[in-house]
Amino acid sequence: MTYKFLEHTADIKFHAEGKTLEEAFINSAMALKESIVGKIKIKEIKKKEILAEGEDKESLLYNFLEEFLFLLDSEGFVLSLIKEIEIKDNKLRAVVLGDSAENYKFSNDVKAITYNDMFVREEKGKFIIEGVFDV
Amino acid sequence: MKTIKKISENIWEIPKQGKMNVPTKIYASDSLMELMKKDKTLEQVKNVAMLPGIVKVSLAMPDAHQGYGFSIGGVAAFDLDRGIVSPGGVGYDINCGVRLLATNLKKEEILEKKKELLHQISRDIPKGVGRGGAINLSKEEIKEVLEKGAKWAVEKGRGSGRDLERTEDGGCIVGAKAENVSERAIKRGLPQLGSLGAGNHFLEIQEVEKIYDEKIAEKFGLKEGQVTVMIHCGSRGLGHQVASDYIKLMEKKYGFKDLPGSNSPNSHLERRKTAIPDRELINAPIKSELGQKYLSAMAAAANFGFANRHLIMDSVRKSFKRVFPTAKLEMVYDVAHNVAKIEEHVVNGKEQKLCVHRKGATRSFGPGRKELSEYYQKTGQPILLPGSMGTASYVLVGTKKAEEISFGSTAHGAGRVMSRSQAIRDFRGEDIKKELEEKGIDIESGSWKGLAEEGPQAYKDIDEVVKVSHEVGIGNMVAKLKPLGVMKG
Repeated sequence: MTYKFLEHTADIKFHAEGKTLEEAFINSAMALKESIVGKIKIKEIKKKEILAEGEDKESLLYNFLEEFLFLLDSEGFVLSLIKEIEIKDNKLRAVVLGDSAENYKFSNDVKAITYNDMFVREEKGKFIIEGVFDV
Repeated sequence: MKTIKKISENIWEIPKQGKMNVPTKIYASDSLMELMKKDKTLEQVKNVAMLPGIVKVSLAMPDAHQGYGFSIGGVAAFDLDRGIVSPGGVGYDINCGVRLLATNLKKEEILEKKKELLHQISRDIPKGVGRGGAINLSKEEIKEVLEKGAKWAVEKGRGSGRDLERTEDGGCIVGAKAENVSERAIKRGLPQLGSLGAGNHFLEIQEVEKIYDEKIAEKFGLKEGQVTVMIHCGSRGLGHQVASDYIKLMEKKYGFKDLPGSNSPNSHLERRKTAIPDRELINAPIKSELGQKYLSAMAAAANFGFANRHLIMDSVRKSFKRVFPTAKLEMVYDVAHNVAKIEEHVVNGKEQKLCVHRKGATRSFGPGRKELSEYYQKTGQPILLPGSMGTASYVLVGTKKAEEISFGSTAHGAGRVMSRSQAIRDFRGEDIKKELEEKGIDIESGSWKGLAEEGPQAYKDIDEVVKVSHEVGIGNMVAKLKPLGVMKG
């Protein structure tokens, strides 16, 4: 597992790593997915393209992750996996697969991505990300 | 924290020091203070005291715990000319709140059909994540919801004017502007109106277990043995997106100005040290265009929250009638516990208009406040404090004392003490269901994991929170409500 959850009283704090920035972003998205659906396996039936931009790596991450909350609330789309991802100059394009939320039963409402304790850091040849989800 | 001083029973202070503009005051018993010392609550209350234009004191209510930026259970008031408004001081779930309904049924009358009733409610009210709401709205209609709040629902024939009189601000905060709510926020909210959501949100069937103040309870329409219904939820994805949108806008306009290189790897940590104490304290001057826009968008999201609870109430009334044809459910009150409002308070002997932030705190207005409807003018407003799942909830009454010492505010519930991951390690949803059923509490839940996370032991002792509120005098005890059945999102 290339992400884990850290102790936080009220919300969910995660730690994700990757050999590349892209991999660390994918693992952060997987931490978000687990925070919402738990260990349930989501089918890869629907395909979505995600575009995000940021002022810096942190805000790019924030906007990227927020896209999944938006898709879930507005279209009932729930993420299974990230098929493609490309990050350049704080711009991101990703192709993601998932399914309709109504086919599953889960009840963890992540209300928002937050900047609380958030960082994206390159250290000893790998990328490390931490952040807190408001639940 | 060495500098914290106990001033008197249940009252603590961190004196003004360093960059603080005002002192802080914390209302807590010794045991609640021990819990606050374990996380960042006190540090956060202190950080808020450093914000520009804060008036008198930065406060923490008895159930305060660590949030992001402001603590949950934090109250702060700002001068309209010099002060700021902060989305982090309201929270992501704008107008998360509680509505209480009093039925004409006694506990004995519903016991046999309790399970059936809970199933009926569970069928009638959408809950969980990624599920559609109870009604379909056009984009034009949702704009009306945002500007009119619960009044919109009454115009559509759901509920009555009497319900509005018993809702904080009549179910509509003035100054709401739909045009300042983003398309994205509207898209998130559109499918969700009339739905409960998930997480810590719930709908509970309860029994009035104990009355502490007969006279006021009578006015509130409560007596021992009576069945009540409590609804706890907020503005759903729409409110969350409004908060997120304005955090980004404010950061762009005010947050980056004098800060070190935004591309350096530790940029956000450095920013926090050099600029404001915590990035989630991002704010805008109240007088600024952005500050005004946020206030109008926040009011719109709050109105969505009032309309949401109103529609859920309307559905619950119908569910009850299907099972008990003679059932009547009257509003006791509806309170918001994540909101910022412009209110008049006495500062240095003079009335002054302030922007009061309540994040995980409930308004507590005593008799005579002009904001209260005629019905509650003589008693003060009802305050609704939900317990954690399976524990008691309380009804309190607003006081003059609260207006004097806490900008008319008190606690909002129990407050977490244990992380969700810890709760999942320690409890199993199946066991919690069994334990609750042994206590005579039925439960309908979206998932076992969600149930484990909300285990009663993961929360502070609500009895202790209420006791402190009562003893300090910022919200006095009226009634205790015991759960009979819970529907969790």
